[in-house]
Amino acid sequence: MSSPFEQILDPARRADPYPLFDRLRDTPVARQPDGTYVVSTYREIVSLLHDPRVSSDRRNLGSDAGEAPRDPSFIGLDPPEHDRLRRLAMRHFGPPHAARTVEELRPEMLAIATRLIDGLAGRSRADIVDEVAYPLPVAVICRLLGVPEEDEPRFHAWADQAIETLGPGEQDRAERERARREVLTELENYLAGLAEDRRRAPGTDMLSGFVTYHGPEGGMTHREVVATAVLLLIAGHETTINLIANGLLTFLRHPGLLDRVRAEPGLIVPAVEELLRYEPPVQLISSRIALADIEVGGTTIPAGSPVVLAVAAGSRDPAHTPDPGLFLLDRPRNEHLGFGGGAHYCFGAPLARLETQIVLGELVRRLRAPRLVADPPPYRPSAVLRGPRHLVIDYAGVDPA
Amino acid sequence: MRVVVDLTRCQGYGQCVFLAPDVFTMREEALLYDLDPAADQDDHVRRAAAACPVQAIHLDWAARRPPSGRPARREGRIVVVGASLAGARAAEVLRREGFEGTITLIGDEAGEPYDRPPLSKQVLTGQVAAGHTLLPRLRDTGAEWLCGVPAAALDVAGKRVLLADGREVPFDRVLLATGTRARPWPEPAEAALEGVHTLRTVADAARLRAALAAGPRRVLILGAGFTGSEIASVCRELDLPVTVVERAATPLMSALGGVIGEVAAGLQRAHGVDLRCGVTVAALEGDPAGRLRGARLSDGSTVEADVAVVALGSVRNVEWLQGSGLAAGPWGVTCDAGCRAVDLNGLVTDDVFVAGDIARFPHPLYEYQFMSLEHWGNAVDQAEIAAHNMVSDQAHRWPYLAAPVFWSSQFGVNIKSAGVPTFADEIMITQGSAAERRFVAVYGYRGRVTAAVTFDQAMWLEFYQRLIEGAAPFPPDFRHVDRRAGDGPVSARVPERVVPTAGATVVVTGHDPAERRASLLHSGGTA
Ligand SMILES: Cc1cc2nc3c(=O)[nH]c(=O)nc-3n(C[C@H](O)[C@H](O)[C@H](O)COP(=O)(O)OP(=O)(O)OC[C@H]3O[C@@H](n4cnc5c(N)ncnc54)[C@H](O)[C@@H]3O)c2cc1C
Repeated sequence: MSSPFEQILDPARRADPYPLFDRLRDTPVARQPDGTYVVSTYREIVSLLHDPRVSSDRRNLGSDAGEAPRDPSFIGLDPPEHDRLRRLAMRHFGPPHAARTVEELRPEMLAIATRLIDGLAGRSRADIVDEVAYPLPVAVICRLLGVPEEDEPRFHAWADQAIETLGPGEQDRAERERARREVLTELENYLAGLAEDRRRAPGTDMLSGFVTYHGPEGGMTHREVVATAVLLLIAGHETTINLIANGLLTFLRHPGLLDRVRAEPGLIVPAVEELLRYEPPVQLISSRIALADIEVGGTTIPAGSPVVLAVAAGSRDPAHTPDPGLFLLDRPRNEHLGFGGGAHYCFGAPLARLETQIVLGELVRRLRAPRLVADPPPYRPSAVLRGPRHLVIDYAGVDPA
Repeated sequence: MRVVVDLTRCQGYGQCVFLAPDVFTMREEALLYDLDPAADQDDHVRRAAAACPVQAIHLDWAARRPPSGRPARREGRIVVVGASLAGARAAEVLRREGFEGTITLIGDEAGEPYDRPPLSKQVLTGQVAAGHTLLPRLRDTGAEWLCGVPAAALDVAGKRVLLADGREVPFDRVLLATGTRARPWPEPAEAALEGVHTLRTVADAARLRAALAAGPRRVLILGAGFTGSEIASVCRELDLPVTVVERAATPLMSALGGVIGEVAAGLQRAHGVDLRCGVTVAALEGDPAGRLRGARLSDGSTVEADVAVVALGSVRNVEWLQGSGLAAGPWGVTCDAGCRAVDLNGLVTDDVFVAGDIARFPHPLYEYQFMSLEHWGNAVDQAEIAAHNMVSDQAHRWPYLAAPVFWSSQFGVNIKSAGVPTFADEIMITQGSAAERRFVAVYGYRGRVTAAVTFDQAMWLEFYQRLIEGAAPFPPDFRHVDRRAGDGPVSARVPERVVPTAGATVVVTGHDPAERRASLLHSGGTA
């Protein structure tokens, strides 16, 4: 019998991994046969997210020494390189220099959501993943970064493959890394070309900001621009798709919920937070490495070990959250791990939140009598980024915007 | 809608700034915010509060934790003297704990309790009006408020508080939370000159704000502790010339020691502060009309200034306790780790409790030395412990064992500390770099970690707090990220202390106040 964690990795268990996550928590720090340590309880995860002895740079993993080092984006770097690159990227996205960037996208997000939902009118069946959950974040991240919308189908394929080759554990790691490298190279070449264009003719998008900004602590090198853009492009939509799809799925499974949010639209705000806790798109944070022996939850993780943080299990830890298996709109002080924590807290969290609040709010308001066609829906295989591949619904009609 | 951010919890994620940029602002990690935003911001503020990863934004003070069980006392009369941060928080916790009797709050300030930290920050810059720092409305405590009248005496045996207007308020249990006041300039005639300020109350802040907004030619600040440094920072932000005079060798020396003090000095000078250390003000000088003209310094030099702020620390509001038989003096009101006051003989009382700036309590982590902490987080946490213990029986009382946490924002930098930085003989920068003014510094005392200070690195503080609570060895000897070459332990340069010689250490375990316990760790062994 394989361990709960190995079963979680099995794509056949994707539709409902939560009983497995519950079992995983019985051993807060569980050593896997391949030497990976999986941590699954809230307190222990939070402590490791803030532990400077935990590295995000895979080059610290002894056994990877033979691997050709690619340029990691800031997600795969430790401070101080991480902090410098993340700050350089944040300059064009959020506080302190561009605090309003995301908030100012609100009308545009609403316009895109409206257009996509208008497209569902006149029919009675739709795939919410293909028709809403995917195109919205893609349009937004393209707008922000400065990727022409007509190029979108090309990187859709690349991004999908990049996600599918992502995974925790060390089994098949080399092979997956090779496949991943191939895809990323294509995406990199595309973005490198785009960055060149922006260098010659800068616009107001983030990519232009990346290539033109030079401050007291320097700017981004060409390779850093490309690595950052790849990261934002992939992370900027692959997670949000799942959050939106998981969200509608959850609403349709709990009809009382749908009615409450329809009656009181402000509830979409706590609803999205509860979603991030209850059905988080990012289920596992992998690729961390212990730099020293770390005692946590009564176990010592030896220096050099790969560490996986099972955030989906942590957010449902009854020692931290009462009744964690219930979806509660009025959950007080909802502290969850939906966006991770510590220095690597999700860069795009504000964007994901706002997009999801807007599009889910509009779906709830406008769709008449929506219901699931298949429950569970088919899932994408990744255990790291979990979400339905398709979410087909039937509905009685679409109310005007 | 009233907003208060628990900045002891805030880690600088900035999610609130994204979602409500008109209410929250930050430079690097130093968060400032409007405590009383316009009604059209309500929606944004709710989004921001929901999104805070550490849930540090309080829109009301509804329970953080569920009640800890059926209280031993549901009935009776509890009186709280000092109706500010600690007092108001205690009243709220009493109700949360299930206390159903009468609560009376006695305060000498008129009006509702307000938050003080913004007074030396947002209020002086003009970002927030002086009257707009009221604390979030308490959950309906049904408390009786006696405002605008000071308590004049405490009769422990007769169980009553005597008010200055002659009234008597009887109690079954009483909480003393009268805090501190600004230490005035010792020469009354000079202190009375027009243009000389102190900063403790909302009225002080309004006066000083008006004086700064009028565009003085130069501001003189006496004392480079946290308050003085924050005011200097505001002056530079307002583009006012400012001179800071500090007796010690560096700013923040008495709180953080000389090593970090030097970093703070660099920060001030880089922002154009005329910082003069190792000097004191000998006299404040006025013109014939009684207006401040300048100051004479101990090194013989002079400073011309039309506004001066005396920021020389605080005086505890204990005079009203004279004759009460309690161990109350300039050091504060002595109590045990459960906030029960100690009398002059050193006996613990049953019905008199203490919390906040005024309390002087023994901390097991620091060799049971008595200390008082003038921190926001200390006032809130201690009030919670005191309130719980006031309604609990002996077997269910909680000790106050939290490693203290303090924050300050100045010159755009978020400074935070955990533990007691002056309880140290060595210090070491473990992460980041002092030159970049983004770092973690760890303090050690006789080979164990006792404190940590971060400059724009608040994210890591929790980790070091656990090292402190676990009496981890100093210097830390593990491999970790962002360690810069050449950073080793150096002398902490903190004020001298008298130390016992024995070698037993205490370890604190547990997360919630209900679980926290101290145990002894003898050298070479375990508890
Ligand atoms: C300008 C300023 C900036 C600060 N900044 C920070 C910061 O950045 N970070 C941080 O951690 N802390 C900061 N603090 C400290 C923090 O505000 C205090 O620790 C906190 O207010 C203590 O709360 P308290 O209730 O114990 O005392 P107080 O807030 O002082 O309240 C005591 C109350 O009792 C009243 N009182 C006094 N005598 C009597 C009497 N005889 N009868 C009735 N009432 C009486 C007082 O008028 C007052 O209202 C700051 C303080 C100030 C003044």
